[in-house]
Amino acid sequence: MDRHPDFLKMGVLYSIDWYLIFTSLAKAVVVLGIVLTMVSYTVYAERRVSALIQDRLGPNRVGFPITLLGAKKDFSPILGGLGQPIADAMKLLIKEDFTPAHVKKFYYWIAPALGIGAVIVTLAVIPFGSTFLGDKMCIAPNVNVGPLFIFAFSSLGVYGIVLAGWSSNSKYPFLGSIRSSSQMISYELSLGLSVVPLFMILGKLDLGKIVDYQVTHGWLLIPITNGKIPSFAQVLLWFPIFVSFIIFTVSMFAETNRLPFDLPEAEQELVGGYHTEYSSMKFALFFLGEYAAMIAGSSLIVTLFLGGWHLPFIPDGSGAGGWEALHAIPAWVWGLVNIAVFFGKVAALLLFFIWVRWTLPRFRYDQLMRLGWIFFFEIALVNVFITALIIAVFPNF
Amino acid sequence: MYVPQIVGGLAITLGHFKRMLQGKTKVIMQYPEEKWDANLPPYYRGAPALVKDDKGRERCVACQLCEFICPPRAIRILPGELPGESKWAKVEKFPQQFDIDMTRCIYCGMCEEVCPEQAIFLRKDYAITGFSRDEMVHDKTKLYEIGGTLDGLVFKWNPLK
Repeated sequence: MDRHPDFLKMGVLYSIDWYLIFTSLAKAVVVLGIVLTMVSYTVYAERRVSALIQDRLGPNRVGFPITLLGAKKDFSPILGGLGQPIADAMKLLIKEDFTPAHVKKFYYWIAPALGIGAVIVTLAVIPFGSTFLGDKMCIAPNVNVGPLFIFAFSSLGVYGIVLAGWSSNSKYPFLGSIRSSSQMISYELSLGLSVVPLFMILGKLDLGKIVDYQVTHGWLLIPITNGKIPSFAQVLLWFPIFVSFIIFTVSMFAETNRLPFDLPEAEQELVGGYHTEYSSMKFALFFLGEYAAMIAGSSLIVTLFLGGWHLPFIPDGSGAGGWEALHAIPAWVWGLVNIAVFFGKVAALLLFFIWVRWTLPRFRYDQLMRLGWIFFFEIALVNVFITALIIAVFPNF
Repeated sequence: MYVPQIVGGLAITLGHFKRMLQGKTKVIMQYPEEKWDANLPPYYRGAPALVKDDKGRERCVACQLCEFICPPRAIRILPGELPGESKWAKVEKFPQQFDIDMTRCIYCGMCEEVCPEQAIFLRKDYAITGFSRDEMVHDKTKLYEIGGTLDGLVFKWNPLK
């Protein structure tokens, strides 16, 4: 298809794929917008859910000025509190950006950017929808090292925390960053190793193709979603996949510094952890990066185990698959539905993250290391061999 | 392994979450809309205030005991003589000015305890707010407004004296 207007066909401009650049930019802006909105409302959800779990109500006051629209009172039980994330963000933006005198300025300034930058880059390879108007819904589609790319960048995220703790030149941030780096490095190992069985089964590392596989063969964690009865080998392979799902999810908790693995920012012991000396927007960037890492991690779990944007009976963005009766509705609607399904799954996982956080107490440091190095690492390793064995016995699963 | 405990814990938190959503847990009071004022005990120590007797005469004799006992020194009194034609002139005094700085008051109730004339009491007002420090200083009119009246024996206006 020739998608270039005539005036672009002359000269050097023709050699540049303007369509690709434009659509990629548009997708990047959309994804960033969705993710940042999700971050602020995840914080809100965290506060509300934690409050409800602890028999409180949480922030329910800051609403939108609906008196401007003719309502009698500003306080409404439905919209109450939904303005809280916006108010928080504005507060953090206009607060004084204070740099203590005793910090190492260059690293102190670069650390928050590293922390959030590394996380946001990982979102590029995640397919957040099928296709929309014939374009793949992924900022960088067809990257055939998807998960490796994500692991590489999420381990770069450690630098943000380490530099923040070290450049703060203060003991508690330093302790926090030491804990954080050792924890993240330990769990990165089991994180990477736990998904090796998956790639042995699938034989590919392209996240888009992994989702396509799950559309035709059923989600990896729930292999019946394609409406067919799974074969014996598939049932047998489900066990290693389940084990790797558990290890991957728990390691993701540790990787994103969430409770029960939030030792880097254990408030009771370390004041605030690695971001103790930060204020204003620099602190907000760490905060943002942490929640963005949660979202990126959840998206990866959804993509690898829970079928990405796929939902049974719902057609994809080109109008194929799903129920025949639904094909009457134009395909672009289904493209949007797929995107909504993906973010819906991510939101469900985030709620699970929050739920776990307000249930479990924090691990002790040696328990954390024991769990990472003695249990998860070994189980993941054994899991790889078991998967290899099953694949060797049933080559045509 | 601790998997059963984890699942049990998750069930507990989910139970609390559900009961809150269904409105079965009743522990929250939406403060500015709902208040607990009716249930305040009679000995509640709120804002200190001056009281008048049943005939609308002020009870305070400006003895300044409350001013001296006040731990944070929140009270300032300017005593004055009663006017000449009164029966009690040259016998009793009255406060020309009586200021309580509510930014300093600690609601300890010592002024109430020390007062020989039962003229100052701690009332049930607790939400004392203002936009400036000046607004937070309660003067005599404000104090009588909060205080109201108190019936009973008044030493100051005793006709047998």
